[in-house]
Amino acid sequence: MSHRGTPLVEMRDISIAFGGIKAVDHVTIDLYPGEVVGLLGHNGAGKSTLIKCLSGAYQMDSGAIYINGEKAEIRNPRDARAYNIETIYQTLALADNLDAASNLFLGRELVTPFGFVDDAQMEAETRKIMGRLNPNFRKFKEPVKALSGGQRQSVAIARAVYFNAKILIMDEPTAALGPHETQMVAELIEELKAQGLGIFLIEHDIHNVMRLCDRASVMKNGQLVGTVNVKDVTDEDILGMIILGKKPEGVAC
Amino acid sequence: MNTPTPQDGGQKRTLLQSLELDTRLLGMIGAFVVICLVFNVITDGRFLTPRNIFNLSIQTVSVAIMATGMVFVIVTRHIDLSVGAVLAICSSVMGVMQVQLLPQLFGIGHPLVMPLTVLAGLLTGAAIGALNGWLVGYQRIPAFIVTLGGLLIWRNVGWYLTDGQTVGPLDQTFMLFGGVEGTVGSALSWGLAIVFSVLAVFGLWRARQAKIHHEFPVKPLWAEGALMATSVAAILGFVAILNSYAIPVGRLKREFESRGEVMPEGYVDYFGLPISVLMLVVIVVVMTLVARKTRLGRYIFAAGGNPDAAELSGINTRMLTVKIFTLMGVLCAISAMVAQARLANHTNDIGSLDELRVIAAAVIGGTALAGGIGTIYGAVLGAVIMQSLQSGMAMVGVDAPFQNIVVGGVLVLAVWIDIQYRKRTGEKV
Ligand SMILES: Nc1ncnc2c1ncn2[C@@H]1O[C@H](COP(=O)(O)OP(=O)(O)OP(=O)(O)O)[C@@H](O)[C@H]1O
Ligand SMILES: [Mg+2]
Repeated sequence: MSHRGTPLVEMRDISIAFGGIKAVDHVTIDLYPGEVVGLLGHNGAGKSTLIKCLSGAYQMDSGAIYINGEKAEIRNPRDARAYNIETIYQTLALADNLDAASNLFLGRELVTPFGFVDDAQMEAETRKIMGRLNPNFRKFKEPVKALSGGQRQSVAIARAVYFNAKILIMDEPTAALGPHETQMVAELIEELKAQGLGIFLIEHDIHNVMRLCDRASVMKNGQLVGTVNVKDVTDEDILGMIILGKKPEGVAC
Repeated sequence: MNTPTPQDGGQKRTLLQSLELDTRLLGMIGAFVVICLVFNVITDGRFLTPRNIFNLSIQTVSVAIMATGMVFVIVTRHIDLSVGAVLAICSSVMGVMQVQLLPQLFGIGHPLVMPLTVLAGLLTGAAIGALNGWLVGYQRIPAFIVTLGGLLIWRNVGWYLTDGQTVGPLDQTFMLFGGVEGTVGSALSWGLAIVFSVLAVFGLWRARQAKIHHEFPVKPLWAEGALMATSVAAILGFVAILNSYAIPVGRLKREFESRGEVMPEGYVDYFGLPISVLMLVVIVVVMTLVARKTRLGRYIFAAGGNPDAAELSGINTRMLTVKIFTLMGVLCAISAMVAQARLANHTNDIGSLDELRVIAAAVIGGTALAGGIGTIYGAVLGAVIMQSLQSGMAMVGVDAPFQNIVVGGVLVLAVWIDIQYRKRTGEKV
């Protein structure tokens, strides 16, 4: 291992099954500060399920999670937030009937001295952060169901990065984005990485993986195929891991 | 929050856009005005007399109070079929307290009777509501089933508490919640009308200042002024009407006699605002604040729009369900106070079929059963519209079965119009 110090996140020997299906089967992955780890695999490989154990959406059946070397009990999304874990879900997890600001601050509303939600302040903050992420975004007053897929995705990304996360989980964050917006998210990832965040990035586009990730962990049928340093392998190697489920010869992780 | 305001994309704004008014609300007010005018014509002007408006107001309060809570229940994709039964058991508890238990302890007419009775009622409502919420939120039993069970259970538990007997006469202070017995008189009514008017103007002005502070677009000054003027006119107008309903001479004479005085010749006095209507006003203001300006309200609408998203955002949706149903139970207890005091005793069939009226009021008022959408004022307006229809038809002499047919038809029609409206405004239904 080329890394020094304690990892930011260690997920050890995680398993979770739905009925008879072993969605995640004894998977171990880790993440260091200032690092982007790509999670790859075919559809249904178990990527989303694995990270949902970290974000508190699912409870793992067995295994353990360590944050900064200490065992972490993550029973629900509130616990995960307490560890500064922020998540962009594949399904975006937005309340369609609320506007962008209400979604961005959902569960963490800004309040006035009287304890009432401060909508004006939240909208102002939302305008600021959206100005950085997606300057074309205008629909601040509409419920998010009136937004396009990409606009909704921008809102979900804004929510995850606004609250000074230390650990960021991004489940296919650019799936609905146009080329320009994808580029902006790529720059955002570099910037957050430079700030020392650890990022799990689930991504199907192999070029984005080669460009953005430091390491890549590949899953197949719920099991971990292996983890590789991205600069030690070619995209062919990674594709081989995804499709054949075999680790390339002579590559350390 | 849940009605999208049209963006001004550079083109000229229409009158309605400048006012930024909720067109849905306008439609409902329009329907209400039409109903009133039609009945007024048919009854040769008897429908819009101060006396009838007074009666309509106090008859609407009980259902309207519960309808505000039903909005939250339905917005979170639940339903509460037990509100009428919970009202009945709260009423029976309060009846037994003030007629049997407390007078034995303190004596009839003791000043502690009313507050302790109310406390017992509120606790009963809160406890049953919390139980419902726990069964729905933590045990995952569908609200439809839990409250359908409650519909059968609670009224009949109340029956055992009172042996099915009518309980009365009620405590004199408690009777003030009912309406006719409890009005604040014309002087205080005017005072309150002025206070409410000032608050309304102040609220609108503050909202405008907040927008300006954050450099958001505001509506033109004339539109803001028109809105303020309309609110003030509505408040003052309503109070003026109630203040012109004179207390019958016979009753005034009795009141003077009971004080050992003689009524001066030509003396007149007016009812003014009923205490129950004031309670409704306070509840509507508080519930609207909760819905729009508190975290609880935000979570209610978020959980209704997307329960999974709410949970993933760190909202404890199970506890939220307990809170919503507890609030519903407390509102049932308050409605029980009003209904019981208005009828002057507790009977076992008090609040029968109220669950249907309350749900209908919320739905006519624009609360979507699919969740995530609804307003407090809409539900109250829904209750007012239904009560006007029913009273108007009774006044005209329409027989009871046909009244129900009409109310049922209106319910379906209202929802259909709502769907058409949302289609036109481009909202998905
Ligand atoms: N809540 C659930 N209930 C039952 N089965 C589930 C549930 N969530 C996931 N699964 C199953 O677990 C397996 C892994 O699903 P998961 O969503 O983790 O895949 P994924 O790797 O994220 O795929 P994709 O690339 O399509 O997003 C699948 O077989 C899926 O059907
Ligand atoms: Mg997935």
